[in-house]
Amino acid sequence: MNIFLNIKEAIGSLSANKLRSLLTILGIVIGVASVIALLSLGESAGDSITGEIESIGTNVIYILQGNTNEEVTNPKDLTLRDAQALAASTQASEIAYVAPVFTGSAKITQADRSVSTSILGITPDYQHVQNLNMAEGVFISAAQVEGRSAVVVLGPSRAEQFFGRSSGVVGNTIRIGGYPYRIVGVAEAKGGSAFNNPDNNIYIPISTAQARLPRSGAPDRVQFILASMINSDQADLAIRQIRTVLRRVHRIPPRSPDDFTLLNQQDFLAVAATITNVLTIFLGGIGAISLLVGGIGIMNIMLVSVTERTREIGLRKALGARKTDILVQFLTESVLLSLFGGMIGIALGWAISTVVSQIATRSGTPLEIAVTLNSVLLATLFSAAVGVFFGYYPANRAANLAPVEALRYE
Amino acid sequence: MTEQDYVIQIENLTKIYQMGEIKVHALCGVSFNVSLGEILAIMGPSGSGKSTLMNMIGCLDTPTDGNYYLDGELVSTLVDDELAEVRNRKIGFVFQQFNLLPRATALANVTLPLRYSGHNKNPKELALNALEAVGLADRVDHRPNELSGGQQQRVAIARALVNNPAIILADEPTGNLDSTSGEEIMKLLISLNKNNGTTLLIVTHDAEVAGMAQRVIHLRDGLIENEEKRW
Repeated sequence: MNIFLNIKEAIGSLSANKLRSLLTILGIVIGVASVIALLSLGESAGDSITGEIESIGTNVIYILQGNTNEEVTNPKDLTLRDAQALAASTQASEIAYVAPVFTGSAKITQADRSVSTSILGITPDYQHVQNLNMAEGVFISAAQVEGRSAVVVLGPSRAEQFFGRSSGVVGNTIRIGGYPYRIVGVAEAKGGSAFNNPDNNIYIPISTAQARLPRSGAPDRVQFILASMINSDQADLAIRQIRTVLRRVHRIPPRSPDDFTLLNQQDFLAVAATITNVLTIFLGGIGAISLLVGGIGIMNIMLVSVTERTREIGLRKALGARKTDILVQFLTESVLLSLFGGMIGIALGWAISTVVSQIATRSGTPLEIAVTLNSVLLATLFSAAVGVFFGYYPANRAANLAPVEALRYE
Repeated sequence: MTEQDYVIQIENLTKIYQMGEIKVHALCGVSFNVSLGEILAIMGPSGSGKSTLMNMIGCLDTPTDGNYYLDGELVSTLVDDELAEVRNRKIGFVFQQFNLLPRATALANVTLPLRYSGHNKNPKELALNALEAVGLADRVDHRPNELSGGQQQRVAIARALVNNPAIILADEPTGNLDSTSGEEIMKLLISLNKNNGTTLLIVTHDAEVAGMAQRVIHLRDGLIENEEKRW
């Protein structure tokens, strides 16, 4: 039995019913295309999230309110006082700078441009924690925080957005939530992409933010606190120190759980990895369901084909075809169908992810697509497996036809 | 005549079909021999067990009881894949409906049995020889729908010949042809028998066709009613 002859013959009988063959593989095409597109987009989204997290810096610890792992009774808000306690405490010897952040959203207007976005209320140490350099002007000073000044520092993309240029904007005024703010500085571009680009940030003194932006909870509540470490190798020690200080400030009795959460870059990366894994499995699952449906389509059509060609099967058996010959003949057809569908699907999936990444890039979120060899191989193998799995039953049925009855079939 | 000269020996062949509760006795103990190079016609009205006998001789079905030796080999006890091999090597089928693959050329149709026998060095040459023997050397690349009925049956005969079988089993070979083509096909079959010594079994209800055979077996109700030797 010659495998090439088999393939040739299978192509012959599939192309005798071109439209039917094409419609049959549609399920596989859609399944594989969605697997390829979703996996590659999911992967590149994951990459860009990871890149984002890495840009936080390895020496920064995030302090967030609440505890996601344990039930906390009567949790306290994070406040400015917590930040001050951390900065002042001699116990927190591994901590270099502490930067409380109050965020809220407001409408920003400049000339005829207006946009609603979130504003960061910060202290001067924020500059040190995030290693922000100034392109022009100065960062927000302690005196401005003290005096609740109406001053603002813009990320370079915002300067570009409001003034069409990123230099020479210091001294101008923009309105935030209706109040005029004097621009005192523009930060240097840091790059980074997608979801949380620091170049898009708008900074005002934390006292001003707390007074003028909408808030809830304690009067000096902050959403989170950033702390930079003196030595990033001592993350565990630094985290222990922060815990000790915050537990004391929050008056948490021994053996009660924390009412705050401490995360460093490693933790974020771990969380992001979990999220992207779940995303990948989820998206892959959607594709797998389409493949399943496609496979059932192939099985259906192969059953029809076996019935239609009963006489042919009888003839082949009369001429000496053994069970395996017939089995292989029909399996070849179903595998070719699904492999062909798989290839079209790979091409289509590639095209879809390219288009999506183009759209993302045009709309300001560069998304590097990565159709990996792995996903192509996976899709190819998977569609071949679908062909074998769903082709086996019809092929087996053909192989087990009794030659006498098959020959007599009208 | 010695035993070796019989290409077919059938002893007490019985076939019972179970149709639900009822047992249908299609063959009730049929015995006969066929000599090498003989032309034998099997006749009988419908329901006589003619088709059942043909299926047994063609190794398409197995008997309930009795022995069937084909070319010296006991084949009545073989199972599926072994029967397939016997059909492939020893039996050439010619059907009333021609049964050609519609999309395949004459050449590809004739090559088909060789694919299942495997180890042929030059299947194309064998197929071309067979097509030449039936006078279709100039039609090798034609598909069945480009050939007349007579020509299609010739392709089928070439397909039956290509593996050099012990017997050719023709089931109403002229049943789907006009009388002229039918006559030509019979002439071709008889000349192949004369020239190559191929044993020929014809199942037919056409007395004229049966008249060309050396011997005619009449079946009725699953038994041999009578046997006439013509020449």
